Amino acid sequence: MTVLHIKGAHIVDPASGRDEIGDIVIEDRKIAAVGAVQAPSSAKRLDAGGLVAAPAFIDAGVFRADAEACLAGGITRILLMPDQSPALDDPALIERAMRIGKPHVWVHPLAAATRWLAGTELGEIGLMQAAGAAGVSTGRRQIASSAVMHRLLRYSRAFGMTVMSHAEDLELAGSASATDGETATRMGLPSAPAIAESVAVSRDIRLAEDTGAALHIRTVSTAGAIDIVRRAKSRGVRVTCGTTPAHLLLNDAEATGYRSFARLSPPLRSEADRLATVAAVQDGTIDVICSGHDPRTQEEKRLPYAYASPGMAGLETLFSLSLMALGEEAGLSALVARLSAAPARIFGLPGGKLDVGAPADVALFDPKRAWRVEASALSHAAANTPFDRLPVRGRVVTTIKGGEIVYNAS
Amino acid sequence: MTAQTKSATPVPDGAHPFPHDHLLGIEGMQPWEIGFLLDEAEYWVTHRQRGKQLKRLTQINAFFENSTRTLVSFEIAGKRLGADVVSMAVANSSVKKGETLLDTALTLDAMHPDVLVIRHEAAGAVQLIASKVSCPVLNAGDGQHEHPTQALLDALTIRRRKTRLEGLRIAICGDVLHSRVARSNFHLLSAMGAEVRAVAPPTLMPPAIDRLGVIPFTNMDDGLKGADVVMMLRLQRERMAGAYLPSEREYFHFYGLTEKRLAAAADDVLVMHPGPMNRGVEIATEVADDIQRSAIKEQVEMGVAVRMACLDVLTRQRRGLAWNGEGWA
Repeated sequence: MTVLHIKGAHIVDPASGRDEIGDIVIEDRKIAAVGAVQAPSSAKRLDAGGLVAAPAFIDAGVFRADAEACLAGGITRILLMPDQSPALDDPALIERAMRIGKPHVWVHPLAAATRWLAGTELGEIGLMQAAGAAGVSTGRRQIASSAVMHRLLRYSRAFGMTVMSHAEDLELAGSASATDGETATRMGLPSAPAIAESVAVSRDIRLAEDTGAALHIRTVSTAGAIDIVRRAKSRGVRVTCGTTPAHLLLNDAEATGYRSFARLSPPLRSEADRLATVAAVQDGTIDVICSGHDPRTQEEKRLPYAYASPGMAGLETLFSLSLMALGEEAGLSALVARLSAAPARIFGLPGGKLDVGAPADVALFDPKRAWRVEASALSHAAANTPFDRLPVRGRVVTTIKGGEIVYNAS
Repeated sequence: MTAQTKSATPVPDGAHPFPHDHLLGIEGMQPWEIGFLLDEAEYWVTHRQRGKQLKRLTQINAFFENSTRTLVSFEIAGKRLGADVVSMAVANSSVKKGETLLDTALTLDAMHPDVLVIRHEAAGAVQLIASKVSCPVLNAGDGQHEHPTQALLDALTIRRRKTRLEGLRIAICGDVLHSRVARSNFHLLSAMGAEVRAVAPPTLMPPAIDRLGVIPFTNMDDGLKGADVVMMLRLQRERMAGAYLPSEREYFHFYGLTEKRLAAAADDVLVMHPGPMNRGVEIATEVADDIQRSAIKEQVEMGVAVRMACLDVLTRQRRGLAWNGEGWA
């Protein structure tokens, strides 16, 4: 059994509060020692001087398990959305989904909250949990019926499953492809009011509060919804939420010129909402930054804006764009908390920390290394990103999964 | 009653009167570019009815959305200039067979048209096609985005009746939310210095409309006060189903253009409608048929002239004509 000795890294581990220069020893796929350590001379050495060592990232809500892209982004675990073909609404499909990342990435499937994700009948949540589902998800869309959502939360609570919801009121959002505002009006795009989000968040939080269930809102992107989450948290409601780098860095004006790569779900918001989202990540109201990885083929994107499918490739750029959105001043610990520790805690996953005995999943990154996002160089099956050609700073250099070096940046 | 008019905003020295490859929308056009197109259209109205400018050129009208009036208007405009005009009702053919929009564009391009006139139900579709073909493209309406030739013909109609656009109070009334005609008119009329008002029920008023330089009114009587021009928009009947409005009779009661309501406008108010009209829904018959004030028939006539002008100007480069600072040679 080889032992891996990571030497002289800046260790950032929000779960233990560690933020210091030190070494990490990995043995038998687990972390054997952290800090000022003694490693056997036979250990394989990895000089990590100038690099940051963090628990490898966990992407909370991915639509496609693109393993290579995960590793290039320092991600070793993904929570796979149930919106697959067919929908993950059966224990056998959950079992199958758990294997699709092997041996590169841990795939933690989310059980479809309702059969076929249709929003009417409950999925076999208990059986899917036994098969390995890490949580329950309503999928790309909100469950329109408050009664179904209420029962779902009550039922999931008994199984200790966190419910991940999509925060757009189904009726208000309708078939809109943009948020109400100057850009949508100028472009003549069908648009929906931004309050579609707070209406959905408000209902789901009240239902979670009533049932005592744990609710995770996958993406929040408006000041109104963030305010509701903030107040619910202060009342002690078991609610957490996430957002994506796109919602932190871009606003609705991005659609100008009908650039369909900017068509996302939820849609990009006003500048005021964007700023509120950034502030909410900084003050901790937003717990998680996820990629929302939902790559689309040319056939799905090279269409008139309203016909184009929403979604972008995001795994490989998750870390760099998150760092860019928050700035280094915000502290690397806060960033790693949102990319690793929080998703692990919310969904009860192994990983997300660098404690002795934890799985040896480590991301080594250089917060200063400059590079340019090139859609054509991304390792996704479909590499559409609104960030093509953007110069960014901060890059994952090495990804370690289960003690094995699975990625090294060239 | 109608007089020949000339643009009040001449082309500045060193500027090109129309430096665009396509006519995709009014937004972003300079006042003198608009004035130039209107002057060119005026020529077709007053001087002569026919020309040979487009002789031996092929004009394809590809309409992905059903249309009768606009299509006929473009066909006549092309034919009056001598073009070989082909109209394709694409809505009923290739789209149903699953061909993508870009493939359709490439197919059209392979027929080597000299100008393409396109209408599509999705905003931005015409721009997308224009980026893939090698000839000038004229937007004949894309979704709820723009309908530039309609705004130009409206402007020409107003200019001929009122001798100017600048300083006029113009109220655009009805289903503004779903109207590309309204959007193109907002851009054009505000660029030309008119005071533009949008009059609509709150459910049919586009968000952030004031950012387009337009004054919104949900009360029609307030919106019509002192108006020099009242432009009515067609109300699509399916709006009732979407809970935008309770009923046609309630709509007519609060937003229908009647003699009584029109009394609040200027004495010499001009009434316009892009057609087809819903009499008794958005406009009362006696107002629509009032020859003194209604310019509705004239709008149709101006439509052909404006489209002739646009087809002529857009194909000049292909015909070897270039702007030399003073004229086309």
